[in-house]
Amino acid sequence: MAQKTLLEKLEILADAAKYDASCASSGTAKKNSLGGKGIGSTEGMGICHAYAPDGRCISLLKVLLTNHCIFDCHYCINRKSSNVRRARFTPQEVADLTLNFYRRNYIEGLFLSSGIIKSSNHTMEQMVEAARILREEYDFRGYIHLKTIPEADPELVRQAGFHADRVSINVELPTTSGLTRLAPDKNERQIEGAIAKTKHDIIEAKDARKRFRHAPRFAPAGQSTQMIVGADKASDADIVGKASRLYDSFGLRRVYYSAFSPIPDASAVLPLQRPPLLREHRLYQSDWLMRFYGYAPNEVCQATEADGNLPLDIDPKLAWALKFRGTFPVDVNRAGKEMLLRVPGLGPTAVRRIIAARRHRTLRLDDVAKVTQSIAKIRPFITALDWRPTTLTDRADLRTLLAPKQEQLELFA
Amino acid sequence: MTAMQRTSLTEHYAVHMPTPDDFAFWRESARDLIQCEVPPDRVSWIEPGGTGDLFGSGSSALPEPSKGAKPVRASKRFLSLARNAALHSDPQRFALLYRLLWRLQANPRVLEDKTDPDVRRVEELDKSVRRDSHKMHAFVRFRQVEAEDGSEYYVAWFEPDHHIVRANAGFFMRRFANMNWSILTPRGCLHWDGEIMRESGPAQRSDAPDGDPVEDLWKSYYSSIFNPARLKVGAMLSEMPKKYWKNMPEAALIPDLIAGAQAREAQMVAAGERQIRERPESLEAIHDAIANCRDCPIAECGTRAVMGEGSVGAHLMIVGEQPGDQEDVAGRPFVGPAGQLLDSALGEAGIDRSAAYVTNAVKHFKFAQRGKRRLHQTPMAKEIDTCRWWLESERAIVRPRIVLALGASAARGLLGKTVSLKSVRGAPIALEDGAELWVTAHPSYLLRLDGAAREEQAALFAADLTRVKARLAELQA
Repeated sequence: MAQKTLLEKLEILADAAKYDASCASSGTAKKNSLGGKGIGSTEGMGICHAYAPDGRCISLLKVLLTNHCIFDCHYCINRKSSNVRRARFTPQEVADLTLNFYRRNYIEGLFLSSGIIKSSNHTMEQMVEAARILREEYDFRGYIHLKTIPEADPELVRQAGFHADRVSINVELPTTSGLTRLAPDKNERQIEGAIAKTKHDIIEAKDARKRFRHAPRFAPAGQSTQMIVGADKASDADIVGKASRLYDSFGLRRVYYSAFSPIPDASAVLPLQRPPLLREHRLYQSDWLMRFYGYAPNEVCQATEADGNLPLDIDPKLAWALKFRGTFPVDVNRAGKEMLLRVPGLGPTAVRRIIAARRHRTLRLDDVAKVTQSIAKIRPFITALDWRPTTLTDRADLRTLLAPKQEQLELFA
Repeated sequence: MTAMQRTSLTEHYAVHMPTPDDFAFWRESARDLIQCEVPPDRVSWIEPGGTGDLFGSGSSALPEPSKGAKPVRASKRFLSLARNAALHSDPQRFALLYRLLWRLQANPRVLEDKTDPDVRRVEELDKSVRRDSHKMHAFVRFRQVEAEDGSEYYVAWFEPDHHIVRANAGFFMRRFANMNWSILTPRGCLHWDGEIMRESGPAQRSDAPDGDPVEDLWKSYYSSIFNPARLKVGAMLSEMPKKYWKNMPEAALIPDLIAGAQAREAQMVAAGERQIRERPESLEAIHDAIANCRDCPIAECGTRAVMGEGSVGAHLMIVGEQPGDQEDVAGRPFVGPAGQLLDSALGEAGIDRSAAYVTNAVKHFKFAQRGKRRLHQTPMAKEIDTCRWWLESERAIVRPRIVLALGASAARGLLGKTVSLKSVRGAPIALEDGAELWVTAHPSYLLRLDGAAREEQAALFAADLTRVKARLAELQA
């Protein structure tokens, strides 16, 4: 067979990587290329260099080293039994491509993942080699995210952490039964063991840096993971529970959700209908509720409907508020921050502004309207100097009043 | 003499800014004016080339504050807001900042009142300048050109909304410290040679280079990483408004990507689709149905579907890979060379072929034409999986106790996953319906071997058949 050109390989291996949700390049240690030999900088805030028509940002060069794989996970387009075109980069090619893109300001860095070839260790070695070439030979100081392989030798995974800003290990599916059924070659204990080991390494390296100024950094942007939504029967309540357990026990920076999309050559075990993208969105919203709004996991689960899934027509915060109307209305002039954060339509920024502004005056509904996006959604849940919702809060049709209007979808945008 | 005495109550001042983004100059002037207690409505701030307001013709000689004047106070928050807001293209910005600074003297906490119109406006300015800077960091696209001395040199063209170019020089310097580059904009240009940052006046788009060889790679990356199953054009537009598109090479692809998304997604779904249909209830029904089956490309080659042979209730089902050249001609399974070898091996093991049900994992002959000859080609995993529907229907009707799979393709047809022959050979595998699956080599494999290797494999094959025979006898007893 003829050798594939770099362009063909990039097409195949970027196409295979598009099912990975994460593209974050934020939250890492600050560095720049002044005084070095190479290029690159990270200044805390991630930068999205382009947006694809699927609304997702393109911050990193997200490719697989290879899409050959010896595993047979049903949800994955690259599984052994799939019929896709295969290709393989050398570590040198990946490093050169990254640098060429970076010099033109197309990207923030590299997100490298891979199918498993030969063995987990061999694959991990190749990935670490690509990162090593970038860091040591080209003195590249941009962002690197490596997806590590839980089955690989822990020492290799540790090497990855020394070169990368962030490492991640996918938990793949929210339930153990789903994992055994859909990813027969993977093992939950092994995956969680590897995540725990990485957590330990991160803590240890942080501690060392406190005592020795030149101790090497280890994955300064922490670790993250990804779960596939809609490939198995897990409900939103299961998923939220699993995510909060992951946040708590492994100190993860992020749990990403990837709505299972109908992939070419999908396995017959999987549902053909994709789950609504909205479900993924609602899960991210619930993730936000736990991380920035002070909701406990069980409170998010309270917002789910009878089937254990979050409602799709309204957001989880509104769903919670409608279920617990007794806690409302909230007085914007007196209530504490925690209570204000529970008002549907008030985000952390609006709450901060309300609290700052009410030191100067007693707020009227107009004042609240000035610091928020839409007052109509908030009105039933607050009282202000000149506003009392009276029976509005308890109206039976409040949900229909507040739910966003259904729109006709565009056929050809 | 106090400041009040030196500035008359009606005098109007005009401050001429040397450049539109000179925050330090504004700061100095504002400090002096406040110390002389000049209220905001008596100062106009005039940008270079601007005419100022109605009173713009006021005195441009600013009053000098006396030594003992009260120091001007400004909070850190105000300074950081003002530094950004001063870069906005709104001509009213300096007046707004002065008004706020003036109010800040009387009420140091004025910034905390987020409902105040001046505070909200300055925060809006700050926000849009920060956004513009962020988009500059993101959307500047360098193109490589060759410098006169043959070294690599990178040039970008960018059109910012506000006066942010100089303020962002540091970002690009820190990022591309060891690269020679220029950023050209209509509001001034930056040039970095690895050591010194130079500035020059406004440039035009025609000054920037046109293309770059790496752009093709980048475009192909952009269209490959896009997932057509999740089209969200609104989300893209809110972060990457159309005004930036003209200077981004990848943006030219967007209309086609959007237009083609539905077709691409439909393709993705169709590729994985299998219609839900009723299982046929008799072997005859299967026979009729497979003749018309076009679920996979093999069926489109003009060959005929070859149905299994045997009776309902047979204890043993033998499954091969697919019909060969002679089977296709005869319309019966295992009549070619491999079939003859199978027949003799079955005879030696004492298995009666006529009592067994003999069929194939794939019902059509897959071949490549070489002149007049049709050369056998192994079916793809997907094709086997597609045809599995028929094999399962046959099993559901025949209900064999033992299934003998010949070769890896047949094993996949029965198990739904690829197994290695070596690992599953010689021991039974329980199938979901309670039948036992035995896997052995395909007889055509023996036909391709010579000498010692053939003898060795033939012995293994015979041993497998003997085991199956013994097991069959046990079950029948």
